[in-house]
Amino acid sequence: MAHPHADTTVMSATGAPMVAGSIWHARRESGGNILEIEDLRIGSTAGREIIKGVSLSLRPAEILALVGESGSGKTTVGLTALGHLRRGLALTGGTVTLCPSNSTEPAEMTSLDDASLRRLRGARVSYIPQDPALSLNPSMRVGEQIREVLDIHRFGTSAEERAERVRSVLREVGLPDDDAYQSRWPHQLSGGQQQRIGIAMAFAMYPDVLVLDEPTTGLDVSTQALVLETIREMTVKNNAAGLYITHDLAVVAEIADRVAVMLSGELVEEGAAEEVLRAPRHTYTKTLIAAVPDLAGRNRISEFEARRRAAAGEEELSTGGFGIVEEGAEAETETGAEAGSAVAGTDSAGSVAAGPAAGASGTGSDSGGATTAAAGASATAEAATGAAEGDAPAEPVVQVRGLTLAYGRKTVLDGIDLDLRAGECTMLLGESGSGKTTLSRSLAGILDTWTGSVAYRGEELAPSTRRRTVDQRREIQYIFQSPFSSLNPRRTLGESISVPLEMSSGLSAAERRERVDTALDAVRLGRAFRDRRPGDLSGGERQRAAIARALVNMPTVLICDEITSALDVSVQASIIDLLSRLREERGLTMLFVTHNIALARHVSARVAVLNQGRIVDEGPTDAVLTSPTHAYTKELLANVPTL
Amino acid sequence: MSTNADSTRTDPVVEPAVAQAADPERAAGTGRRNTVVTRFWAQRQSRLGVALTALVVLVAFLGPLLLPWATGYTQTEFADRPFQGSGVFGTDDLGRDVLSRFLAGGVSLLLYSVLATALGMFLGLLFGMVSAYVGGALDSVIMRANDVLLAIPQLVFALLAITVLGPQPWVLVTVIAITHAPRIARVARSAALGVINEDYIRAAEMYAMPRARILFREILPNITGPLAVEAGLRLTYSIGSIASLSFLGLGMQPPAADWGLMINENRIALAVQPWGVMLPVLAIAILTIGTNLIADAIARASATANIGDA
Repeated sequence: MAHPHADTTVMSATGAPMVAGSIWHARRESGGNILEIEDLRIGSTAGREIIKGVSLSLRPAEILALVGESGSGKTTVGLTALGHLRRGLALTGGTVTLCPSNSTEPAEMTSLDDASLRRLRGARVSYIPQDPALSLNPSMRVGEQIREVLDIHRFGTSAEERAERVRSVLREVGLPDDDAYQSRWPHQLSGGQQQRIGIAMAFAMYPDVLVLDEPTTGLDVSTQALVLETIREMTVKNNAAGLYITHDLAVVAEIADRVAVMLSGELVEEGAAEEVLRAPRHTYTKTLIAAVPDLAGRNRISEFEARRRAAAGEEELSTGGFGIVEEGAEAETETGAEAGSAVAGTDSAGSVAAGPAAGASGTGSDSGGATTAAAGASATAEAATGAAEGDAPAEPVVQVRGLTLAYGRKTVLDGIDLDLRAGECTMLLGESGSGKTTLSRSLAGILDTWTGSVAYRGEELAPSTRRRTVDQRREIQYIFQSPFSSLNPRRTLGESISVPLEMSSGLSAAERRERVDTALDAVRLGRAFRDRRPGDLSGGERQRAAIARALVNMPTVLICDEITSALDVSVQASIIDLLSRLREERGLTMLFVTHNIALARHVSARVAVLNQGRIVDEGPTDAVLTSPTHAYTKELLANVPTL
Repeated sequence: MSTNADSTRTDPVVEPAVAQAADPERAAGTGRRNTVVTRFWAQRQSRLGVALTALVVLVAFLGPLLLPWATGYTQTEFADRPFQGSGVFGTDDLGRDVLSRFLAGGVSLLLYSVLATALGMFLGLLFGMVSAYVGGALDSVIMRANDVLLAIPQLVFALLAITVLGPQPWVLVTVIAITHAPRIARVARSAALGVINEDYIRAAEMYAMPRARILFREILPNITGPLAVEAGLRLTYSIGSIASLSFLGLGMQPPAADWGLMINENRIALAVQPWGVMLPVLAIAILTIGTNLIADAIARASATANIGDA
């Protein structure tokens, strides 16, 4: 078989091997699309429709962001550009047409045979996966991995030419190109460097189309900024078209030319990035944008639920009924509960019990009822934020002095001093590896190898929860990062939530059950969830259950360890909404651990910045964000992506 | 399998369990329960395994109740001279009715195998889970002791113990259990290691749950998959071991009716009167094949639904 571009190969300005007069050139001259997805329909083999008629198009050097939440089908659509369908899925209609630069014919990705697909994949259309640590072969040197792509697609004519291409693509993505670097193993590189190796592999063959599947999700903000810049630069320079799959609208604003929003397998909105982000037309897009935390704190996500309902209410008036499908059950329970609290008035704990009672009337609420609830809720939020910020510093409930923890010779935490004041939320900000989870677990008593002192209302706390008194254990509660791991999959939510009660109080089974029900109502899940198991629930619902477990003992201090980092933005927004409300209702003292600086103004009155085991900046949120004292805080602020 | 799936796809209400388990993804899509049990039942081999095992178990447990009504003889009554063709399956080495001996001879084998497996599971689980949960020096001590026990061949160890302590049932059960325990402990330990780093174990620690309760209420339910497989496999081995020991004369003692013993007593006349050997051999073969199929089916059913997902 002759090599596809053996004789007509021409070198473009960038050095890419192309076929003169290819369909790609023709399309580019005429300003046409090089990737066209038309009326794509995909169903599961059981007959359920997953993708319901999606049409997209891409021009050279353009980045189209495909936005949606987990389960919206955005990755499924993205993978069809590579001619790939996941197991259990089948194409039921539509076409995916690629115009490659090495052929005069457009390629029909959905009907090509495997051999032809393999020739296109990695060469004309390439893929950058989400997690570089998983996608790189751990037992292959990084230089070899890039070279492998070139070898498979028979790049150039000689081994020297390929070696030269490996070096040039490494330079292009901003990595060193020397042999020493090329002979490193993936585990010797940082996450950002691994992802850039992934990008280099994808760009090695000068692809025409690039599918990027949330390539920056696992990265810190400063690394993310760097990687985004690299991607942007590379697509423009190589005239590649990028299909950028993401759920992060702030990233979209940074990188994309156009945005397509997906909801439950349908395209609900498409347009220029600026336009969509500034003036979204569809309710769902509005909800999504309302859920994105911004650094300035204008986009009050702590009132997210109220705004979501307001948006849904508007829609109802104009179109006569449209439901947000995402976590439908959850939204419905909430509508009931929130309406209840609005009726009960702004005075605190009453709303806990009001939830189920109002459920019946609230679920079917018309738009009028929803807006009343919205108004009531936002009023509560305003009042409380004012109170928290206006008062003189309250006395510290938890006082941390000189907390130090080391694993062998490596010091993870180095003399941490931190105060958590009554009824106030303190944000602990840090990137991965800064020691923020270690610190929060030390406070909670899960880790007990630290030295220093932690005092709760003036009393020294023992390092391990087992040595703390029952009261101390009850007062300080910790919520884990991943709701997918923190609940025992074999036990019902009711069983899991009643564990803290069984361990700390002499309540009877009936009383425990009552407390569990109250807690489930308080987190807007409803007592019907008592007998369900974590496996049936969405991430947001699981995290609510985890919060219920922390609340069931009526604590005064709540430590939230990155509790929203595993969740979609709109779920994150509703969880933060919930937490803010609970903090007001119960006067909780909170430590909110996160890597997302944009959340600062939405959740906390104070911020502490943790870097390499030390607190480098600490103070009221506004002071830290407007006039950061430490270089690290400044860098974080400079790199945060905004809408 | 495919025919099942096809027929239920058109009419999913008829037999939901089969449709679900035929394809976990599809079951998840339609939102019906998809548990280890439904996935177990959906496999043809699991149903075959259960049928085979049930057949032998029924014969073994109902057999003694049928005597002498079914054959006219009890297990020790003489029917004729040795190795004659009288009766349904002839007579054995002492002229007793083979069918009567066969019907009466399964209970002891089954009972002792199940007891030995259960005791072995308990010991293995305890040591395995404690080893995984406590870790450190205790883990090393338990697991190295385990390795020493594993180095001794199962049958040789059993022969030694029975020679010293005498061929009593409790010795038989205990010895087989002890030889199983280290193998089960290894499985339990590695399964538990996958669970103890989950946050829900940390949460239980945080709420100061008693350690024994963490072992049995938080960890144990999450490692049932691999353990069920191991239990099935160990039961198969127990049946084999106890039958072999009886065959060697170290298990059940004459004149008791026992399948292993029957094979030994009648093997000299295999060419003349094969039923005395063939009946117990067939029964033991069907039983071990059945339990093995079940163990395999459990392994397949639980592979996708353990650690981390419900």
